[in-house]
Amino acid sequence: MPWTKILLERQGNPLEVEVAGSGSRKIKYAEAIREAFDQALDTDKRVFIMGQGVDDPQGMFGATLNLHKKYGRERVFDTPLSENALTGIALGAALAGMRPIYAHNRPDFLLLAMDQIVNHASKWSYMFAGHTKVPLVIWCVIGRGWGSAAQHSQALQGLFMHVPGLKLVMPSTPYDAKGLMITAIADENPVIIIEHRWNFMQEGYVPSRLYSIPFGKGIVRKTGNDVTIVGASYIILEAIKAAKKLEEEGISAEVIDLRTLKPLDEDVILNSVKKTGRLVIVDTGWKTGGVTAEISALVAEKGFGYLKAPIKRLASPDVPTPASYALEEAFYKNERDIVDLVNQFF
Amino acid sequence: MGPGLFDTGNNRKICVDVMRNYNIPKHKLIELYILMSKIRMTELKIEELYPNEEMKTPVHLCVGQEAIAAAISANLNKDDYCISNHRGHGHYIAKGGDLKAMIAELYCKETGCSKGRGGSMHLVDLRVGLLGSSSIVGGGIPIAVGVALAVNMRHEKRVSVVFFGDAATEEGIFYESVNFAVLKKLPVVFICENNFYSVLSHQKARQAFDNIYNRLEGCGIPGYRVDGCDAVDAYNTAKSCIQNARNGKGPSLIEARAYRWRGHAGPGSDYHLGARPKKDLDDWIRKCPLKKLKNFMLKNKIVTDRKLDLIETPLKKEVEDAFRFAQKSPLPNKEEISKYLYC
Repeated sequence: MPWTKILLERQGNPLEVEVAGSGSRKIKYAEAIREAFDQALDTDKRVFIMGQGVDDPQGMFGATLNLHKKYGRERVFDTPLSENALTGIALGAALAGMRPIYAHNRPDFLLLAMDQIVNHASKWSYMFAGHTKVPLVIWCVIGRGWGSAAQHSQALQGLFMHVPGLKLVMPSTPYDAKGLMITAIADENPVIIIEHRWNFMQEGYVPSRLYSIPFGKGIVRKTGNDVTIVGASYIILEAIKAAKKLEEEGISAEVIDLRTLKPLDEDVILNSVKKTGRLVIVDTGWKTGGVTAEISALVAEKGFGYLKAPIKRLASPDVPTPASYALEEAFYKNERDIVDLVNQFF
Repeated sequence: MGPGLFDTGNNRKICVDVMRNYNIPKHKLIELYILMSKIRMTELKIEELYPNEEMKTPVHLCVGQEAIAAAISANLNKDDYCISNHRGHGHYIAKGGDLKAMIAELYCKETGCSKGRGGSMHLVDLRVGLLGSSSIVGGGIPIAVGVALAVNMRHEKRVSVVFFGDAATEEGIFYESVNFAVLKKLPVVFICENNFYSVLSHQKARQAFDNIYNRLEGCGIPGYRVDGCDAVDAYNTAKSCIQNARNGKGPSLIEARAYRWRGHAGPGSDYHLGARPKKDLDDWIRKCPLKKLKNFMLKNKIVTDRKLDLIETPLKKEVEDAFRFAQKSPLPNKEEISKYLYC
């Protein structure tokens, strides 16, 4: 895919080093995650993976494929669909010293577990003054397209970003998917990783060794001087394509991939806006009270003086995802929308 | 709520007035009495001092329900795990939690078990396996199951117990958790303290059948109903359930019936509100679990009045010391409001 090459060319240090160095090879997105799981299971006996279908022949889009054969069904096991209880069960196992990973096909199902995520997991450390640790990873994949509709395609990062005590990760490349997963598993706090199904179409260079990417450190995917485009996950791939188009039009766009929304790398955003004076915030979630709103408020509070023009936001319209592909086209934002929005500045 | 009002024809007569002569070692009877007395004394002291408004956190007193926590904990090892709920003082004390740290938590002090971040409903003491408590009804149930899962994965011999109320059985998470515990044959004991009321709503207004103990038989969990005012009855049932869990025979459920003498939260009774008849309270007070155990031990010459004094005097001092410690302790530092958000 074209943007994979762009990523490799523009991304700067970690990936370029890995490409140049030994031990890096091109693998699929799902394989990168699977490798993170595999190495974590191999490295740490406390790690286990549970979730509906993790040991089936589809293996969570390939991310958990056949891991049960290597590690046994005691450590990689199917679960009842009781999402709320199973989240509490994962939390309990974490409190007792294990490092559970609870995998879901879709974030929509996390809504059934909000009690255990928000009332319990996110608060356990604070409520008990850090006596107890919650090294819990909740992993899910946003669906998109083919009429997935309102209950199988929700991008709920805005909800989770709101909750203190959680960490929220949204990778966009195979390299990041593996490195951020390792960091999540190693973390002592509840981490929600929201993948995007369309990220899975990528291949990318990923080191075969175990490595981690720090939370709260965004990355400049492409440098530019005229406008900053900031976001996370799949929309970054659209932003990179848009930036390339804009380059042809003579507009130099900087693309920032936040990697984690919580903790949020404020500096990488503010430094870029300081340079460009213009900001477009992009997200796959809803607009109202969501990720774009939060980042917009951040820049209004801390970087207002840098702005040469009002902030622009590109997010999903505030409606449930429609099924019809005609309406999906209106719902989902892409490269063209980003280009159009940036052009409004000039 | 008198025993006749919501009668069941179940497997066990509730609230017998005369304790049967159970087979229980003497030292266990004394242990039960110590735990129950300590809980009662603590709760009464909280009630006495609460009007001073120095304990600025809601307290949910368990006066009348002491036998249940004591009966369970008297069967647990120090390294067995426990998850508690909003009415958790008794669970904490019975499991061996540090009393000073608990009272300091009620005073919201930095020396509290949760350093003033949790309050009365969030008690913890890792030294004795108390991993915390949830004040969301039913919320602790799956957590205890997860703890048991960890125990199994590590091939340990520990047991996990969870306390919850009658209303928690109305939550879907109760069914979800029991199903998984049975599926994986986990070493967890579910303890439902049925005090018949969720705040002021009677069980009859909330549940079609009075059958908490066997309602999930279809899931494959053995259930037992015990008289929660009879420490020995509760002890013996808990003993076999906990032994089974420890020996790999899977989970079980205990419904222990007792009455909440006080209001849902705070000191004092609530019959003046009109929802819970005074007569019910009087009936249950006559069946006081502490008095019942004491009379049983005196009658069977297990203890003398003098021996009871020797038990109670140091307990009283311990409780008073805990309050003094809490009162004198410093408050949390405002600058540290974000501390502990993440580990």
